[in-house]
Formats: sequence, C-alpha cells, structure tokens
Amino acid sequence: MIQALIDGIILGSIFALIAYGMALVWGVMNIINITQGELVILGGYVAFGLYKIGIHPLYGLIASPAVLFVVGWCLYYIVVNRVVEKDLFISILATFGLSIMIQQLMNIFFGADVQVAEASLGTSFLFDYNVTIPNIKIVAFVVSIISAGIIVLFMKLSKMGQAIRATAQNARAAKILGINTNHVYAITFGLNAAICGVAGAIVSMTFTLHPYIGLPYTIRSFMIVIVAGLGNLPAVIVSGVGLGVAEQYADFLFGTIFRLAFVFSLLVVILIWRSFRLSKKREYLK
Amino acid sequence: MVKTIYQLKKLSVNLFVSKKFYYGGIMNLVKRVISILTVMAVAISFALPAGAKVEGDTIILGAAVSLTGKYSTNGKHTQNGYELAVKTINDAGGVTVGGKQYKFDIIYYDDESDKARAAELAERLINQDGVKYMLGPYSSGLTKAIAPITEKYQIPMVEANGASRSLFTKGYKYLFAVLSAANQYLEVAIDLAAEKAVAAGGKASDVKVAMAFEGDAFSQDVKIGVVEAVERHGMTIVVDDTLPKELDDMASILAKVKATKPDVLAVSGHSKGAMTAIRQISEMKVDVPMLAMTHCDAAKINKNFENNAGEYALCAAQWHKSLTYSDSFFGSAGDYASTFASAYDYDPPYQSAESSAALLVWKDAFERANSFDTEKVRDALAVTEMQTFYGNIKFSDGGQNIAKPMVLFQVQNGQNAVVAPTKWAAADLIWPVPKWSER
Repeated sequence: MIQALIDGIILGSIFALIAYGMALVWGVMNIINITQGELVILGGYVAFGLYKIGIHPLYGLIASPAVLFVVGWCLYYIVVNRVVEKDLFISILATFGLSIMIQQLMNIFFGADVQVAEASLGTSFLFDYNVTIPNIKIVAFVVSIISAGIIVLFMKLSKMGQAIRATAQNARAAKILGINTNHVYAITFGLNAAICGVAGAIVSMTFTLHPYIGLPYTIRSFMIVIVAGLGNLPAVIVSGVGLGVAEQYADFLFGTIFRLAFVFSLLVVILIWRSFRLSKKREYLK
Repeated sequence: MVKTIYQLKKLSVNLFVSKKFYYGGIMNLVKRVISILTVMAVAISFALPAGAKVEGDTIILGAAVSLTGKYSTNGKHTQNGYELAVKTINDAGGVTVGGKQYKFDIIYYDDESDKARAAELAERLINQDGVKYMLGPYSSGLTKAIAPITEKYQIPMVEANGASRSLFTKGYKYLFAVLSAANQYLEVAIDLAAEKAVAAGGKASDVKVAMAFEGDAFSQDVKIGVVEAVERHGMTIVVDDTLPKELDDMASILAKVKATKPDVLAVSGHSKGAMTAIRQISEMKVDVPMLAMTHCDAAKINKNFENNAGEYALCAAQWHKSLTYSDSFFGSAGDYASTFASAYDYDPPYQSAESSAALLVWKDAFERANSFDTEKVRDALAVTEMQTFYGNIKFSDGGQNIAKPMVLFQVQNGQNAVVAPTKWAAADLIWPVPKWSER
C-alpha cells in the first residue's frame, strides 16, 4: 500500500506539472491546448536524442525545455496567434490539428518504435526490500517541485511574469497600458511548451516514448485543470498528486482495466459535488 | 464517322447555345457536362477487361501495408520481406505455369495503419486494379478488416502478419496464414515451466502463474493459450491483470507480483508492454524464476536497456535466424538473414521472414495448380505442404499454419538464444532466473 502511495505521488507530480502548463495557457490565452501531450512526448524525444548521441539524458532536463520553448514560440507565431482571440472551439480544433501534425512528424523523424532513455540511477529500497523507489522517480519528483517553484517565482517577481498575469486578468486593459499582448501570448505558449519539455524528459527516463502516446497526458492534465480551476497552483498540485494516488489505488484494488473508468467516475463525482455546493451557496445568497 | 462528328457538333451546340444557358442556367450546363462524363465513364469501364490479374508474363499480387502511422515500422518490415522474396524468386526464374515462366509483381497501397482504410484499399485492389491474388497487411487487426472483403469476392489471400485466433475460427475459405496463431505464443513457455518443475522434483500443479496482458485482440489470444496450458497442467493463477492500453505503467501489477511470488510471470502487450515490463521489473527488482513475454525482439530489449535489464527474459517468436529449416530459394534461415541484411542493412525481424515465406507459398501453389483460376489456386493453397527457411507450412481448414511450432528464445549475454523447441534449440534455458540481488 505504501508502494502504491509513493508511486502515485510521483506519477501525480508529473501530471501536476503538465497540468499547470495547460492551466497557464488556458487562463492567459483562453485556449485549451490539445497539443499538450504531444509537446511532452516531443520533449521526451529531445532527451532521448541526447541519450542516443551519448549524453546523459538528465541533461535533457535543461535541453528539452530550451528546445521546446523555441518550438512553442514558433507554433504560436505560425498557428496559435491566428486563433487566440477567436472562439474556444476554433482553438480546440486548431490545437487538435497541430497535435496530429506533431504526432506524424515525430513518427517520420523518430520512427514508430517504442523508445526509452536510460538514466541508470539505480533503485532505493525501504522496509527490507518491500518498497522500491527507482531513484529516477525521486529525481522526477524533485524536478517537478523545483520547476513549479521557478514558474511561481517567475510569475510573481519578473516583469514578464507580471505582464502575463495582467494579460490574464484583462487583455484589453493590459494592451491599453502598453503591454504587447501578442508578445506575452508567445512567451506564455513557449513557457508552457518548456514545462512540457521538462515533463517529457522525465517521461523518457521513467516511462516509455512512442509518437502516439501523448493523449493520456493531455486527458489527465485537462482533468486536473477542470478539478483545480485556472490559475490556482496549489490546487493543481493537490489534484494532480491526488489523481496519481487515486489511479494507483484503483489499479491495486480493482485491477488496471478499471483504472480510467475509476478516474473518470471520480471526475463526475467531483463535478456533481461541486455544482451541488455552488447551488447551495446560490440559495444562501438569495 | 462523318455522322458521329455531326452528332458531336450538334451536342456541343446544344450544350453551349441552349436557350436555358442564355437565361443564365449555368447549373444546367454543369448537369449536362456531368451526364456526358458519366456516359463516357460507363463506356470506358465496359471497354476495359474486367481482370488484370496476369499481365503479359507478370503475375500481379496486391497488398495494403502500413507505411505510415503507428504500424509503420512493422509495415516496412513486411514490405521488405515481400520485396526480397519477389526479387529472389524472379531472379531464380520465376513461377512456371503451363510451361511458361512468369514473374511476380506487387501493387502496394499505404493503409495508414487504419482498419477502415485497409478495407477500402482491399476493395480498390480487387475492383479497380483487378487483383486476383492478395497478400496480407501487417497486424491482426488490419488482417481482420481485410479478410471479410477477400472472402466476399472469393479472392485468395496468403497473409503473414495476422496471428489472432479469431481469424481462423470464422470458417474463412480464402484466407491462409503462414504464421502460428496468437494463442500458441506463450503456451510453450508454460509447458517449459511445468517440465522444469517436474525436473526439480516438484509437481507441475504446484506452479503459480501471474499474468499481465493488454486488452487488445492479439494479447487476449495469447492469454487464452496461457490459460489453456495452465488448466492442462492444473496450475494456479495468482495474478490476472490487464495492462493499461494508454499509459505505460504497470507498477501496481508488479507490486501484486512481488506479494504473491509466482513461478512464472507472463506479459504481453506489444512492444510497449515489453519495454514497460522490462523497465519496471528491473527498477522494482521483481524476482520471478521465469519471465515469459512477447515482442521482445521488436522492442529490442536485449539492446535498448543498460545494465542488461532485459537479461534472462524468455520471449516468444515466430522465427529465428539460428533455426535449421531451409528451402531451395533462400537456403537456410541463416542464409536468409544474411541475404536480407545485405539488402536492407539490418537483421531480419520475424515479420520480414514470414512475409517472404508468403511469396514462397504463392509460387508453390501456382505451380501445383498449373493455372491462374482463383478457385484452382485456392484449392492448391489449401493442400500446401512444404518446408521453407521460415519453417514447415501446412494449413488447417481454417487457414492456420499447423506445421510450425513457436520459437522461444532467452536473452543471454545480450543475445537472443533459442531455447525451445528443444529439437532446434541452440542454447540451454537458464532457470531459475538469478535474483536481482545476485546479478
């Protein structure tokens, strides 16, 4: 049981990181980014590429976000800036199209084979070999926390961070006050891609890479954002980790086949409970 | 002739100078053009011969393979296998029917790893290209999509990459598969575990088995075979779980395996399942005396991991280059491997070998039928009995190859060493697998 808890927390921290990127883009640009999972996998391939040419994949934790930031920046100026102030539905379509394109490009460049990058960090043991934690997962957890911390500091302290927050609150007002919102959007999208890059590097070392495996990450981050709400980092972390742990326990108790079913039932329950609470609040206000 | 030209003139005048046109009836013009085009198309389609199965001295086969999409790697292996066999057979003189020499040629389409597309392309190959003899696509799923269509048009298909058992239980008459069915993949491993248990002084029924299979058709067929073997030996199943289709995480399954300490752990979930299993078993240091898997060769588990994490894994394969089967075109399995490697710069996976074998079966059937009539060729295919570099081939009534056993190899010192069936085995099984703490 402790094993499931630890695995869940670590898995959840990766989800939380990806979800925070999604919440950022959603909150600032009002775009639901379906390419999220593909960006993660692309980041993974960057780390895998380093591994293939003989560099330790841990350096991917620095290289992937750098590369992905540029990719995100370019994607913004090529595609996303044309849909950013349009209907939410159009942006979903556009990013969905992008995700298919990235999948196919990854398939062409990296092949359809399943790949892994080996960090070879060994395994730690607890309780007389009964609980095992691969060291890479500990690294993953720490890196997730650190990157989340860096983003929070960036948002709070830097000028760009303040501009991003101002644009999120009211894009028109920000524009009037002299903020180049187009530039802010590009940075935001790039930042999100960089976050995905970090997560991708972790995924390449803890799980496996495959051009078509981005969707689970998109779905989970979408769900975490729905539960946690936009622009609420602690809630994203709590619901991300919560989701990871819930998945592991569901696995352990009901079998892996019910994993997704359990997760989605949980989502339904949370949403019903929330609307129930809201309606109560409304009654009270009346 | 003059009359015809006159009529055409009249038609064109009618077309462009009709009253309605002057009144702005552009739509009418379009309608007329369309109706004329339709008439022309119908006339052309009647004018062409209905079948183009054999053109001159070439026998044309049709194949939809996955050149893009998620099966593109294995689709390419399939195509390379077909191409190598076509070249080898043609260079050796081709196919002799009615005393005349014919060459093979294949029309390919890319099915994009998509079932609906594969079915569409099969229709197109048969109806538009007039193909009368089909080769299979890659994967059970796509073969399942195509088989009903070849069956409908009574076009014989020799397939090399659809192993799902359900392909052979539907009573298809025109489907012939050169490979062993999916339920045979890990059966041999369970038998081997029973054998080892008895040899160690225990009973076969004491063996405890843990299973983790993906939910797709192929892996579930593998599971059926394992469950049958387990019941035959009276063993017990201690863990029976499904690998998640969409996320590569089986940590909770392995936690259960650790707690129940089974004698055999059987895992099947394509390349992804094999990679995930090896990575997480080595990370969590799960000790099992026997780890039996599928797709280790496709996933290259002997090369993709550091510290030999894939060492001692027991893997099911359709074919291996160290086997001693041979035929007069490719020579032995080893000869095939070197021919293939010099043509494509990589070692042939079994997907390529079985695809090449499909062409040998076609050649053999054409020569025995001594005809191009699809019914006669089908009947010849049904009574095929031959040895190829890939193994012996003989079809059951359902079209399944019942003459070739599955091969089991074990990763030993980073190499895939064949350990079963013992008749062709090049190495001994290392059993039980050393504990992680002793490696």
